[in-house]
Amino acid sequence: MSSTAAVAAHGARAEHHAPGFWRTYVFSEDHKMIAKQFLFMALFMMSIGGLMAMLMRWELAFPETQVPGFHWVPEPFMYDGAIPPNTYNAMFTMHATIMIFFVVIPILVGCFGNFLIPLMIGAREMAFPKLNMLSFWVGAVAGVIMLSSFFVTGGPAAAGWTSYAPLSAVAIYTGVDWGQNLWCISIIVLGASSLMGSINYIATIVNMRTRGMYFFRLPLAIWSLFITAILMLLALPMLTTALALLLFDRMGGTHFFLPSGGGEPLLWQHLFWFFGQPEIYVMILPAMGIVSDIIATFSRKPIFGYRTMAYAMVAIAFLSWIEWGQHMFVSGMNPALGAAFMITTMIVAVPAAIETFVWLGTLYKGNVHYTAAMMNALAFVAMFVIGGMSGIWMASAPVDMYLHDSYFVVAHIHYVLFGGSLFGIFAGITYWYPKMFGRMMNETLGKIHFWITFVSFNCTFFPMYILGMAGHMRRIYNPQQYDFLTPIIPINEFISISSFVLGAAQFLFLANIVWSCFRGAKAIDNPWHANTLEWTTPSPPPQGNWRGTVPIVYRGPYEYSSPEVAEDFLPQSQSIEHSPAAPD
Amino acid sequence: MAPGVTVVTHDHSAAHADRLEPSLTPGNLGKLGMWTFLAGDAMIFGAAIAAYGALRINNPNWPVPADYLGITTPAVMTFILICSSFTMVEALDGVQHGKQSKFQMFMALTVLGGLLFLGMQAFEWHRLIAEKGMSVQRDLFDATFFILTGFHGCHVFGGVMYNGVLLIRAMMGKIPQAKAGLVEVAGLYWQFVGLVWILIFTFIYLI
Repeated sequence: MSSTAAVAAHGARAEHHAPGFWRTYVFSEDHKMIAKQFLFMALFMMSIGGLMAMLMRWELAFPETQVPGFHWVPEPFMYDGAIPPNTYNAMFTMHATIMIFFVVIPILVGCFGNFLIPLMIGAREMAFPKLNMLSFWVGAVAGVIMLSSFFVTGGPAAAGWTSYAPLSAVAIYTGVDWGQNLWCISIIVLGASSLMGSINYIATIVNMRTRGMYFFRLPLAIWSLFITAILMLLALPMLTTALALLLFDRMGGTHFFLPSGGGEPLLWQHLFWFFGQPEIYVMILPAMGIVSDIIATFSRKPIFGYRTMAYAMVAIAFLSWIEWGQHMFVSGMNPALGAAFMITTMIVAVPAAIETFVWLGTLYKGNVHYTAAMMNALAFVAMFVIGGMSGIWMASAPVDMYLHDSYFVVAHIHYVLFGGSLFGIFAGITYWYPKMFGRMMNETLGKIHFWITFVSFNCTFFPMYILGMAGHMRRIYNPQQYDFLTPIIPINEFISISSFVLGAAQFLFLANIVWSCFRGAKAIDNPWHANTLEWTTPSPPPQGNWRGTVPIVYRGPYEYSSPEVAEDFLPQSQSIEHSPAAPD
Repeated sequence: MAPGVTVVTHDHSAAHADRLEPSLTPGNLGKLGMWTFLAGDAMIFGAAIAAYGALRINNPNWPVPADYLGITTPAVMTFILICSSFTMVEALDGVQHGKQSKFQMFMALTVLGGLLFLGMQAFEWHRLIAEKGMSVQRDLFDATFFILTGFHGCHVFGGVMYNGVLLIRAMMGKIPQAKAGLVEVAGLYWQFVGLVWILIFTFIYLI
C-alpha cells in the first residue's frame, strides 16, 4: 500500500533529522507548532482589537474629548487625541472584524483544533501537514492585509463588521475607498485559509483515529471541533461569494447590491447571515466542547449525558442553517418569513438548554476542584446562560423590533462571545498550557486575572442591557447628542471605567503566558489526572506525539471516579482486567 | 470489529506499529480531502447560483437567455466537457490497470478537452462583447452571466493545470500504477467541474 510506505518514510524522516530553525518555528508542518503560531497571532491581534474597544469606550463616555496619551496619532485619524466620527466608525468595524475573524476563530479553531485533534484522537500528525502550514500562512497574510488597511487613504473599512450593502458598496457613502476593498480581500483570503483548515480537521478526525477511538469515544472537544469544521467548510464559501460580488460592485461597476442598477440590497443580508449564523456557532461550539472536558475533569465525574451533549451540538449546527433571518426582522423581509425564522431561532434554545443542564448535571455532587481553568469554565456556563437568555428576547420578532440595533444587541453578543467564547478560551489555554509549553501556568495569577475579568466583564456588559432597553442605539458616535439618552450618561461612564479595568486585566493573562513559559513549574505528563489521550505523552509532546506506538483506546473519555480502579480517573488508554470489549 | 489499518514507522529502538481505526478512504487520504474541498466549493457555486436566482426573479425585464445568448456554441462546449469527463474516467482506468499508454493518451485528451472548452468560452465572450455590447457594468443579466461563467471558467483553467501537471509527471514516469490514487483525486475534481457546468448551462442558457 502506497500510503503505508509514505507514512513509514515520513516517520523515518521525522525521527532521524531534527529540522532547522525555519522548519521548526516558522514554516513548521508540526500541528503543535502551528497551533502555537495561531495562538500568538491571535493574541497579537487581540491587543489591537482590544485597544480599539478602549478608544470606543472613551468616546462613548467622554464624547469628543481628547483621549489621554493619544496626541501623537496623525491628523485624519485623530485630531490632537480626539476621535472624529469617521475614525469611530472604522474602530467599531475593525474591532468586531479583528475579534471575530482574527482572534476568536483562530484561537478556538486554529489553535485548539490543531493542537487537540491529533493528540486527542491518537494521531501522529494532521492528515495534510503541508496544507496545515499553508493554512496558517495564508491566514497570516489575511491578517497583514487587514492591518494594512489602517494605512491607506481614507482609513480602514467603516461599514460595520456586517458591511451591509449598499453602505459598503459605494465608496462615498462611508468615505472609505481602499480600506473596504482590502477588508473584502482579506476576508476572502482568510476564507481560503479556513477552508484548508476544515479539510484537514475533517480528514484527520474521520481517517486517523487510533484503534478503539470510535466516534462515541471521542472527547466532546473533538466532537465540537468536528462539527465546527463542517460548519466552517460549508458556511465560509457563502461569504466568499458575497464578498466577491461586493468587490465587483465596488471595483467592477456592477450593481448586484445597488438598487440603482436593479440590484438587491437585501441579497447581501441574506448571503451574509446565511454564512453568519453558522459562523456564530463556529465561535461558540468549540468553547462548549472545551468547557465540557474541563468541567468533567475538575468535577471528577463522568460528563452527565455524553451522547446527549454530542447530539445537542449536532442539533445546534443543523438549526444554524435555518435561522439566519433572525437578524433581518426589521429589514423589510416578508413578515410571514419572519415568523418562521422566529420559530426556528427559538428552537435552538432547546439544545442549548440541554447543554447547560449537562454541565450542571456534571457539577451536581461532583468533587469540584476550583482551579483557574475550572473557574473560567464555570464562568463560561454562567455567562452563556445570561447571553443565551437575552438571545431569546431578540429571537422574538415583536421584541426585536424594539431592541434591534440597540445596545441590548451589543450586550448579548458580548455575553456570548466574550463571556462565552473568551472565558472558554481562557479555560482552554490554562488547562492545556502544560501540554503546550511543558510548564504549568501560574494558578494565583490565573485566579487574580479571572476574578478581575469576571467582575469587570459583568460591570461592563450587563449595564448595556439597560442602555439597550432605554433606547441607546448601537454604533452612535456621541450619545450625549440625544436628549432622551442624557439620563443614562452616568451608566455610560460606569461602563467605560469598568471596560478599562477589563482591558487592563488582560495584560495579566498575557503576562502569565509569558512568565509561565519561562518560570512556571515543570509540568508532568498528566497534571490534572485527566483521561484523554493527550495526557499519556510527555509535556510538551515529542515530534510524532508519542514515543513508541500510539496508545489504543478502551473506553470513553470521562471515566472519572470509576469503581473499577483505586484512583479517581481511568485513562482511555489504560487496559484493566475487566475492560469491556478490549480491541484486538 | 472490522480489521484496522496498520501503519509501520521506523524507530531507533524497535520497529513498532500503530494500529488505527479503519479509514473511510483506505490508502488515499487525498480522496477524503478532495471530497471535503468539493463540498465547500459547491457552496460557493450554490451561493452564486442562488444570488443569480434572487436577482433574476426581482427583475421583470430579464431577457430570455437562449434567445439573447444563442445556445449553439455552449451546447458544443457542454458536449466537449462531457467527453472530457469520459476520457478522464478512461485515463483512470488505464493507470489503475497499469496501462501507461492508455492512461497518458486519455489524460492528454482530457487536457485537450479542457483547453477546447476554454478556447470556445473565450471566443463566445468575445462575440457577446463585440456583437451585443455586453459588459458587467451594463446590467445584471450581463454581470451574472460573466461572473458565473467566468468563475466556472477559472475552475476549468485550474483543472487543465491540475491535469496537465499530472500528464507531464506521467510522461516522466512518475505516476506508476501504485499512484493511481492521485489520478482518482484529480478525477473527482474534474467531474465536479463538469457537473457544475451542467447546472450553469441549464440556469444561464436554457431556463
